[in-house]
Amino acid sequence: MRVKYFAWVRERIGKSEETIEPPTSVRTVDDLIAWLAKRGEAYAHAFETPRVIRAAIDHAHVKPDTIIAGAREIAFFPPMTGG
Amino acid sequence: MTANVTIRIQEADFDIAQEIAALTRGRTDIGAVVSFSGICRGSEGGETIAALTLEHYPEMAEAEIARHAETAMSRWPLTGLSVIHRVGRITPGENIVLVLTASMHRQAAFQAAEFLMDYLKANAPFWKREENASGTSWVDARNHDDAAAARWTKS
Repeated sequence: MRVKYFAWVRERIGKSEETIEPPTSVRTVDDLIAWLAKRGEAYAHAFETPRVIRAAIDHAHVKPDTIIAGAREIAFFPPMTGG
Repeated sequence: MTANVTIRIQEADFDIAQEIAALTRGRTDIGAVVSFSGICRGSEGGETIAALTLEHYPEMAEAEIARHAETAMSRWPLTGLSVIHRVGRITPGENIVLVLTASMHRQAAFQAAEFLMDYLKANAPFWKREENASGTSWVDARNHDDAAAARWTKS
């Protein structure tokens, strides 16, 4: 699946998107955050406070316990500050 | 007549009078247009701001604004609405966002404009980065923006 990062999540990880293949044990958005956080220091820094991270699946906001199976694109970003 | 809906995300500035004219042109069923513009301030918490740079998630920003526009159309008898959100570098005094709502009577237009802005601030995927004397930093989200959006879901 494709993963996109925005704002300081993107800056901390050092890339705006990538394709990942998490193991099947990674079922929810929360699981994916925990799995990504273990990919290295940059990821650990980006995901150090999981409760502030917002996620979207296929361009719609989702909650941390949402199942990721079937997702084409998952995005992670900080709380929004537009408007 | 069908409602006139315009959603645009762009780097360029917008002209409010032109946008209102586009929304109302050729129609005689509009009795009220409410216009909200969000403008870049020159200071925040006593600190001078040189500029804001707005990042966004293009596909989702369009989808999210469209979802909110649909909700507004279903909740109020609107004859049209426009949402224009700028991205890129914006300096103090410049426009950031425009929301226009049109209806037969003012109440629906006022309420829908406020609803759209509250929802955009809390849910549309845009992020502001601030340039100031000490460098650049991401603007923190405000809890009261979430609270402002949440009050529309209360019965």
